[in-house]
Amino acid sequence: MAPAGATWRGGDLMAQMSIIQAVNSALHNMFERDETVVSFGEDAGFYGGVFRCTAGLQEKFGKHRAFDTPLAEGGIMGIAIGMGMNGLRPVAEIQFADYIFPGFDQITNELAKLRYRSGGEYSAPVTIRTPCGGGIKGGHYHSQSPEAYFTHTPGLKVVICSNPYDAKGLLISSIECNDPVIFFEPKRLYNGPFDGDHTAAMVKWDSHPKGEVPEEYYNIPLGKAETIREGKDVTILCYGTMVHVVSAAVKNNGIDAEIIDLRTLVPLDIDAIEDSVKKTGRCVIVHEAPRTSGFGAELMSLVQERCFWHLEGPIQRVTGWDTPYPHSLEWDYFPSQARITEAIKATMEE
Amino acid sequence: MNQRNAMSEYEVVRIMGQEEDTQMHVPVPPHREGGTSFPSPHETPAGHHAKPPIDCGGAETREIAYGLLRVLNDDDEAVGEWDPGLDADTLRNALKHMVRIRAYDDRMMKMQRQGRLSFYMKCLGEEAVSVGAAMAMENRDIVIPSYRQQGLLFVRGRNLVDMISHCITNSNDNVKGRQMPVHYSWKEGNFVSISSPVGTQFPQAVGAAMAFAYRGEDSIACSWLGEGTSAQGDFHYGLNFASVYQAPCVLVVVNNQWAISTHRNLAHGGPSFAARGIPYDVASMRVDGQDFLAVYAAHKWATERARAGHGPTLLEMYTYRGDSHSSSDDPSIYRPGNEYDSWPLGDPVDRLKAHLVKLGEWDDERHTALEADCAKEITAAYKEAEKHGTLKDGPFPSVSTLFEDVYEKEPWHLLEQRGEVGI
Repeated sequence: MAPAGATWRGGDLMAQMSIIQAVNSALHNMFERDETVVSFGEDAGFYGGVFRCTAGLQEKFGKHRAFDTPLAEGGIMGIAIGMGMNGLRPVAEIQFADYIFPGFDQITNELAKLRYRSGGEYSAPVTIRTPCGGGIKGGHYHSQSPEAYFTHTPGLKVVICSNPYDAKGLLISSIECNDPVIFFEPKRLYNGPFDGDHTAAMVKWDSHPKGEVPEEYYNIPLGKAETIREGKDVTILCYGTMVHVVSAAVKNNGIDAEIIDLRTLVPLDIDAIEDSVKKTGRCVIVHEAPRTSGFGAELMSLVQERCFWHLEGPIQRVTGWDTPYPHSLEWDYFPSQARITEAIKATMEE
Repeated sequence: MNQRNAMSEYEVVRIMGQEEDTQMHVPVPPHREGGTSFPSPHETPAGHHAKPPIDCGGAETREIAYGLLRVLNDDDEAVGEWDPGLDADTLRNALKHMVRIRAYDDRMMKMQRQGRLSFYMKCLGEEAVSVGAAMAMENRDIVIPSYRQQGLLFVRGRNLVDMISHCITNSNDNVKGRQMPVHYSWKEGNFVSISSPVGTQFPQAVGAAMAFAYRGEDSIACSWLGEGTSAQGDFHYGLNFASVYQAPCVLVVVNNQWAISTHRNLAHGGPSFAARGIPYDVASMRVDGQDFLAVYAAHKWATERARAGHGPTLLEMYTYRGDSHSSSDDPSIYRPGNEYDSWPLGDPVDRLKAHLVKLGEWDDERHTALEADCAKEITAAYKEAEKHGTLKDGPFPSVSTLFEDVYEKEPWHLLEQRGEVGI
C-alpha cells in the first residue's frame, strides 16, 4: 500500500519529497540497513533537528541511535571520530555550516588525517551533514558556504546536493563511504528549488522532476557530476543553489549552455568537465562562496590546465563578493541571473 | 615620528610602561630561579583517603580531587584502603616495565643526539603513570594517549624493534614515515595513533567509549593529556560529553608541572586539575603519579567503575617531567636544573624499588642486573631495527606510500599527482 502522495513507478515506490524529507528518508533507510549508523547533533535527537532532517529517528530507532548533544561542535566532531574509529558509522549534524569552525581542528587535523597518520591502521567513516548557503535572510552567521576550507584538506570528501533525489542518493553514498565526508545541504533549497528571483512566489519541490524520490534505498556514486542541460556554446560549472539560478538564467536568455551540477567537489568529476569544455570551448564557473581562494579558483585552474587549447574565450567566474555575507544587502551579494548572464556574454563575445 | 607610526592609521596610545606600574596579574613559576618551595598536596599523608564505592556519585570523590591519593608512605610501606594488595611478582613486573622504559628512553635520546633520530621525547619521572594505567586495564580497552605514555606499549607487549623502526622512520615503520618519532600507532594493541594537536583525543575517547556502550560491550576507553592542554576547549568538551552520556572512560590529566616552558600555574587558576571534574559530576581524583601503587589503584577503581556502567572518571596524575619536553627543548633556560631531584614525591622507580626491598622481595644487586639486562636488550633491538634502515641512509617507506591512506582508495587527482612524480 503506497503512502499518501506516493506512486509506484518501474517497480519503485516514489514519493514527492523536499530535500529535508529526502535526507530524512536516507537516514531512515541507512538506520534500517546498518545498526552501526548513528546520528547526533544539537537539537538533532528528540526534536529531529532545527530543519527536521532527523525527525522520527529517535522515536523509531531509540535514543542510543539518534541523540541530542551539548552545544559544542568540537565535542561533536571529537566523539564522532572516537565512535568512527571504534566500529560505528556516525552521521553528525552541524546545525549550520557557519558553526562548523569550533570543530575545525577536529575535522581538518584529526578526522581528515587519521587514516594517513596511522599508516592506514585507523580511520573513521564519519559523515558530517550541515546546511550551507544563503538566500534565507540569515545574515553572515546563517548563510556561509565554507566548502573551500574542506576541499583544501586532503583526506576529506566534499559533497553538495542540489535537489531531493540527489540528496538522498548522495547522502547514502556518503554514509557508506569509509572516508570522512562533509555533506553540504543548501538550506535555501530545502523546501523548493530557488532560481535567484526572491520577488517570485516560493516554489515547492512537488512540481520538480527531482522532487520525485524512491522511498527505498538507492545510492548515487560520489565523484560523479550530472549534466543537467546539454548545450554547445558554453559550459557552466556550478553546484548547490546556483544550479537553479544558472538554469533559470540560461532558460531566460536563450543561450545554448551546457550546465554541469558538480555534486561532488572532492573527488571531482574531471572527465565530465573536460569533455564538456573541450566541446563548447567556453566556461563559466558559478558559486555562492566568496571569490578569493574559492573552489572556483580550483576549477579555473583545472580548466586552464586541461582545456587551454580548446578555449575560445576567457574563463569567467561569478561568485559571492569577498565580504562577509550581508543581511539587508543579501540580493546584492547573492550571484544573480543577471550577473550569470553577463558572464556568459563576456565569454561569448571574445 | 617613527616609521611604524607613520604607516599606521592609528594613534599609538602610551600605556603603563613598567611592569610594577600595572594592575595586571601574570603568574610566574614559583621557583624559576631555583629553590624547593613546591606546592603542598604531598603533605596529604599516604593512606589518608577513604575508598568510595565504585558506583558513588561524582561529588563523593571531592576530597580526593582536592587532596592526593597516596599508598606508599615515607617508610616505603603500602598503607590504607587504597592499597591494591598486589603480589611480589606483579610488583616486580611493574618495576621491570619502568626500568625497561627508562633504558629505552636513554638509548633513544642518545641516538637522537647522534643524529640517528630526528626527534625524541623521554618520560623520565612519569613511568608509573603509564605502567600503572596499563596494568590496571585489559588489552581490549582502547587507549588514546598523548606523548610520554610509551609505557602503555611496553605493558601491552609491543615489539621493541617495531617501536624503534617507527622512531627512525625506516622501511619497517608501520605508520610509513608519516609522523615524527614517538607518534606511535598500534591497532593490534588498541593503541590509537598519537596526534600532535593537543587535547583532541579527550572527546575522541569519549566517543570510542560510547561505541563500546552502544554495542553493550564492557570494554572502556582511556585517554591522557597534559595539564597545559587542559586549558583547551577539548578538555572541557571531553569532560562534559563524558558526564552527559556517562561514557565508560577514564580521562587522565598528567600534571607534570611543565608544558614545555609553561608552568602549570599558567594552565589554570585553581589548586587542582582533578577538581575540574567535580562540577561536571565526574568522579575525580588527584593521584601521586610517582607512587605506582596509587596510580594502579586509582586506575583499577576507575576502570571497574566504567566497566560496570557507573560512568567516567577524571584522574590527575600529580607528577614531574624529569627531563626536557623533547630533544628540541632546553629546560635549563626556564627552570632550575635540580628541580626534579628536589621533587618532594620522589622518583617512581626509586620508590617502587624501595617498597620491594622493604618487603624483602628485591635488592640492589638484582636491580643493577635488571638495568644491565634492559640496556642490553634495547641495544640489541636497536641494532635489529637498523637492519630495516636508518634515518640517515634509509631505506625509508617507498615514495608511493606518500599518496596512500589519504583516502581508502586513491581518487583520480592523487593518481595523477603520483604520476607526476613517476610512480
